[in-house]
Amino acid sequence: MRVTFPHMGTSHIAFKHLINNLGHEAIVPPAPSKRTLSLGVRHAPEFACIPFKILLGSYIEALENGAEMIISSGGVGPCRAGIYGLLHEEILKDLGYDFEMLIFEPPLRGLLDFIKKIGRVIRPTRVSWPTFIKVFKTSWQKLIILDETEILSHQIRPYEVIRGETTRAFKEALTLIDKAETRQELDSAGQAAEMLLRDVTQDRSRKPLRIGLIGEIYVVLEPFINLDIEKTLGEMGVETHRSIYLTDWTRDNTVFDGEKDIKNAAKPYLNQLIGGHGINSVGETVLYASNGFDGVIQLAPFTCIPEIVAKSILNRVSRDLNIPVLTLFLDEQTGTAGAQTRLEAFTDLLLQKRRNKGDLDATGIFGN
Amino acid sequence: MKETIGYPTALSYYSYYPFWNAFFTTLGFSVVISPASSKQIIDWGVKETVNDACIPIKLFHGHVMSLKDRVDYLFVPRMVSVDGKTTFCPKFLGLPDMVRWSIPDLPRLIDERIDLKKGARGLLSTCYKIGNFLKQNPARVFYAYLVAQWVHRQYQDNLNRGIFPNKILPSKETGRGLNSIETEIRIAVLGYPYEIYDSYISVNLLQKLNEMGVAVRTVEMLSNKVLGGYRHRLSKNLFWQYSNRVLWATYHYLEKKIDGIIHVSAFGCGPDAMLDKLMQLEAKKHDIPFMTLTLDEHTGEAGVVTRLEAFVDMVRFRRESS
Repeated sequence: MRVTFPHMGTSHIAFKHLINNLGHEAIVPPAPSKRTLSLGVRHAPEFACIPFKILLGSYIEALENGAEMIISSGGVGPCRAGIYGLLHEEILKDLGYDFEMLIFEPPLRGLLDFIKKIGRVIRPTRVSWPTFIKVFKTSWQKLIILDETEILSHQIRPYEVIRGETTRAFKEALTLIDKAETRQELDSAGQAAEMLLRDVTQDRSRKPLRIGLIGEIYVVLEPFINLDIEKTLGEMGVETHRSIYLTDWTRDNTVFDGEKDIKNAAKPYLNQLIGGHGINSVGETVLYASNGFDGVIQLAPFTCIPEIVAKSILNRVSRDLNIPVLTLFLDEQTGTAGAQTRLEAFTDLLLQKRRNKGDLDATGIFGN
Repeated sequence: MKETIGYPTALSYYSYYPFWNAFFTTLGFSVVISPASSKQIIDWGVKETVNDACIPIKLFHGHVMSLKDRVDYLFVPRMVSVDGKTTFCPKFLGLPDMVRWSIPDLPRLIDERIDLKKGARGLLSTCYKIGNFLKQNPARVFYAYLVAQWVHRQYQDNLNRGIFPNKILPSKETGRGLNSIETEIRIAVLGYPYEIYDSYISVNLLQKLNEMGVAVRTVEMLSNKVLGGYRHRLSKNLFWQYSNRVLWATYHYLEKKIDGIIHVSAFGCGPDAMLDKLMQLEAKKHDIPFMTLTLDEHTGEAGVVTRLEAFVDMVRFRRESS
């Protein structure tokens, strides 16, 4: 069967591996483009958030490319992303597409349903459960290596001497990881990827600004929506630290100290799960402040209520803990130039703040 | 002198005021409500909240502003769940925090979490917690709880009988007795009670329709039992209390051969983006006229009237020609 799935950051490389090794043909959704977005905008409700629109657009593109099954994830709410799959299916069927939609709810919600759905994927190709588990493990490892490579690229970029060199090395590294099939090949691809990035010519005497990125997972992960913010800031000479990665739950204790700490940090300001990444945005800002970060940027889709609630609380967190917070609400109307200007103004402010503290070596835009 | 508890006439006010009013007054407090929404209240709200917030949140902040300097306590419950299955929209979940960190110099907040996962008993224990906070003895709290339950049941019965909440509630709403005559066409005006019955932001929509000779049907006219019957219609329920009720009411009225549906929605409302599309697709399947009316603080009365007239004319024409 020809199977497609959402495009989110670099994760498609791992999903492609998973689908293909289960005996299906992966229809990799094209990287989101203006066309993807405009297809999504045309058929989605006006006030659906941009992740909904991009997903809808890329499903349409994948269906045009011959996909017969869409695999997506559900959720338990109250963030509306948990019912996106259901509505996507309704809209696409109304448009006349013929396909099967498989929405994976979190296994804890109903283990039997989860197992049944996996069965639905592996039965047609007669893949055994042990094989499935093996393939799944390798794909997961791929996902982890992808995340690690990306994290490293964000740490190196602000020090690069030749602008764009890190991005080129990163792209090369992705190709290597994409090609690796077995666990051994993956291990060596991971090492090669690391070497490629470490080989980038760097000026380690810089003291780049450090900015934490928080917000809703999809807009944080998908560069097309967030105007490639990590690359943009990195090339301005800013080191970014992203709070969310897809493989987060395996790396608890490496970024901060996991979900629990984030919730504890948020407690004085917000002691209630509000869906999406709302409580995380509050907690992570507190943690970034106590870890000496210069500033925080909140990325959120326009009309995202959890992030709106978080934003209204963040005003106070920012004031109490003396950490500037810039919120960017993103939608199909967001222009690159406007956002770029706001980012430059924000980094200028942070730089000024550092210099006021007597740190005259602080590195700002373009290493100046 | 009695201590006063401020009750903002927004959001869950339209569903639960009678309960809490009876509870607090039986305990010996005097409940002070904010005046009906007005330009002043919206302006306050717009000033005190983040601009991305929806109009109901802005309004709520405005109502808090109008109360905060003249009461001893402010009642801002954290509405989490009343049926143990669905939750309220995230703005209800974070409401006390939004208010607390946005508006300076607040009186003491009664912001107890209302989460009835363990059934109605959960409500009693919530009442005990509030009673404890207000230094009331448990026996008295229990009595106040019983009175409040009784009052609430009366209120629900009245709503199910077709009386509009703003006809019963004390906030000084304009509008006379609605739906007194059975008129020729029936339109379901579906949406959240805090938008539909707030005659300021809904630009007096219900009365206008009534004057055009339309019998209005709303979500509140249906009992929980009727609504609950549609619980399994969709493969997965929406997550939000009020949104589910609106969707179930849509199913119900479409089955009852309503002449048209107007979905009243707030600009930028997250849940409504999903809900509206589902309603629209469902109405399409039944071939029933459907219109979405999106409200915000800039909504002009004339524009709404024009759209309502056009919609009603169309519905009437369809009916006459069929």
